[in-house]
Amino acid sequence: MENNKSFLVLEGLTKRYGTQTVVDSLDLKIAKGEFITLLGPSGCGKTTTLQMIAGFVEPCAGKIFLAGANLTDVKPNRRELGIVFQSYALFPHFTAAENVAFGLQMRGVPKDECARRVAEMLKLVGLSGLADRYPRRMSGGQQQRVALARALVIKPAVLLLDEPLSNLDAKLREEMQIELRSIQRTLGTTTLLVTHDQSEAMALSSRIVLMSEGRIEQVGQPEDVYARPASPFVASFLGKTNIFFGQVVERGGDHALLVDGELLSMAVAAPVGQVTVQVRPERIRISLDGSAGLKGSVSSRVFQGASWLYQVETAAGAAVVIASNDGSVMAPEGAQVRLSWRPADMIISNGDRT
Amino acid sequence: MKNWPVVPTPYLLTAPALPVFVCFLLIPLAATVLLSFYSWDQYKGIVETITAKNWIEIASDGYFAEILWRTLRIAGAVTLLCLLFGVPEAYILSKMRPLWRGIFLLVVLGPLLISVVARTLGWALLLGSTGILNQAMVRWGLINTPLPFMFTELGVIVALTHVLMPYMILSVWASLQRLDPQVENAALSLGAAPATVLARVVLPQIVPGILSGAVVVFAMAASAFATPAIIGGRRLKVASTLAYDEFLNTLNWPLGATVAVILLVTLLVIILTANRVIERRYVEILK
Repeated sequence: MENNKSFLVLEGLTKRYGTQTVVDSLDLKIAKGEFITLLGPSGCGKTTTLQMIAGFVEPCAGKIFLAGANLTDVKPNRRELGIVFQSYALFPHFTAAENVAFGLQMRGVPKDECARRVAEMLKLVGLSGLADRYPRRMSGGQQQRVALARALVIKPAVLLLDEPLSNLDAKLREEMQIELRSIQRTLGTTTLLVTHDQSEAMALSSRIVLMSEGRIEQVGQPEDVYARPASPFVASFLGKTNIFFGQVVERGGDHALLVDGELLSMAVAAPVGQVTVQVRPERIRISLDGSAGLKGSVSSRVFQGASWLYQVETAAGAAVVIASNDGSVMAPEGAQVRLSWRPADMIISNGDRT
Repeated sequence: MKNWPVVPTPYLLTAPALPVFVCFLLIPLAATVLLSFYSWDQYKGIVETITAKNWIEIASDGYFAEILWRTLRIAGAVTLLCLLFGVPEAYILSKMRPLWRGIFLLVVLGPLLISVVARTLGWALLLGSTGILNQAMVRWGLINTPLPFMFTELGVIVALTHVLMPYMILSVWASLQRLDPQVENAALSLGAAPATVLARVVLPQIVPGILSGAVVVFAMAASAFATPAIIGGRRLKVASTLAYDEFLNTLNWPLGATVAVILLVTLLVIILTANRVIERRYVEILK
């Protein structure tokens, strides 16, 4: 019996087109029942990786294992994977029910069992009333559900989702995220999602794989990756982040952090020298009367309902601050303010601006 | 702006084309229909009296029925051959890499760039009893006497199929272009074998393209003139060459007009019926 931790394994997976390496020796182990997301900007190789797992693109090197069996040379129609495509790729000449039934028919499932499973699946995705409708007569969200039902009804070993929500409007996307997550939990299907939308990745996945230029930048739980990004790329891609440049100096036996000449922290665990400081916008405290912290002036303030979005000009550069709308007095535009944060909320890395 | 009951712009814009259509299409058509009811005399020529004589003659003389039947038979066979070769060819083209696709598309469409007459004469040179192919086969002892090709139905069918193939390929090609390439992958991922994907997913979606290609090919084959005139000649007449002969050789214009009207009406009925079928069955679902 294969270890549950390595249900789907990618080993040195590589794809080159001509001289361009799209996926560069990718190693990844996915546990059974996990919801994992490949996240990255377009062109980072995430879709190519999914296509190689699906069998539509042949890897130049590397292997794919599913439940211990080598999948690398298996034809796509024998891989037993469920796939939801970005365009949904529904069969336009079939009704919703016929679309869902297709995979079962290919498996020779008896008619009555097929009808029962199709009905169950349509119910699960909330489309019971639209079984006889053709895809062209359905909204984007409904088509999306049919595509999901069609992929899930064959009880796939792994569900592959290729940017499934990117064609939906914002409100529908949020609804579908919640639904997708609950369906995945109900069925316990191992799921691999490919997306460039970081909020989608964070909302859905148990683990995020951040990719850039064909390589993995960081793997981890969403909250960990968000809180402790391994590189400035990860930090800036996963949510907004502020980057300041400062110095660590020795002061009274401790290492103190200075940004723009202001003492921001007395005891940091970084060696003396030039450093880069990253702070999330929502972790910065903005105060009108404080005496400590980075000096700045509010250049703009945008109301967002639950929060205020501030742009603050400081000598160390422009900063973005999200202040929760908690009823306290908010600094107006043009105000002189101080920015501060807890030492635990910043990430200090060596190196200056070069 | 005045409140017009209807927006006049489209009518104003199309107005200049209207006289052209009336003068050069509707009036000649009406004149042809009228002509088919006139009578003709060896000495007096066209006599402007309304009579059903031509229609009765065509209906009662087996000679005309045979020609009309042959016309439809040839058109049907050409359509079938174009379907048989054109549909797979279009699909294969759509699967080719862009460079090869460009080259082969040019090969397919190339014949359209050459005059029908030149092309057909080429076929005659290649396949005639003294043509290269027959000569070669006789010389190699494959056959004793040259295969009859000129002045046979088979010859007309082969040449017309070559002439009309691009229309079928283009039509199917156009509907293949509209397919979402991921749909085939989706079917594969659901466990369908490649042949099943073709039969159950690709083919049903391009049926409208196939049908409209078939309608175009059938109509063009049934009304083709140059190819049957050169390869079929006088010995193997079809409706269009018959009408031509009645007009220019016998000078019996009314009879020629009747043949032309019958051909036109037959084609109209076939094309409109086919369109009806396409619309009713597929437009609802696919467009």
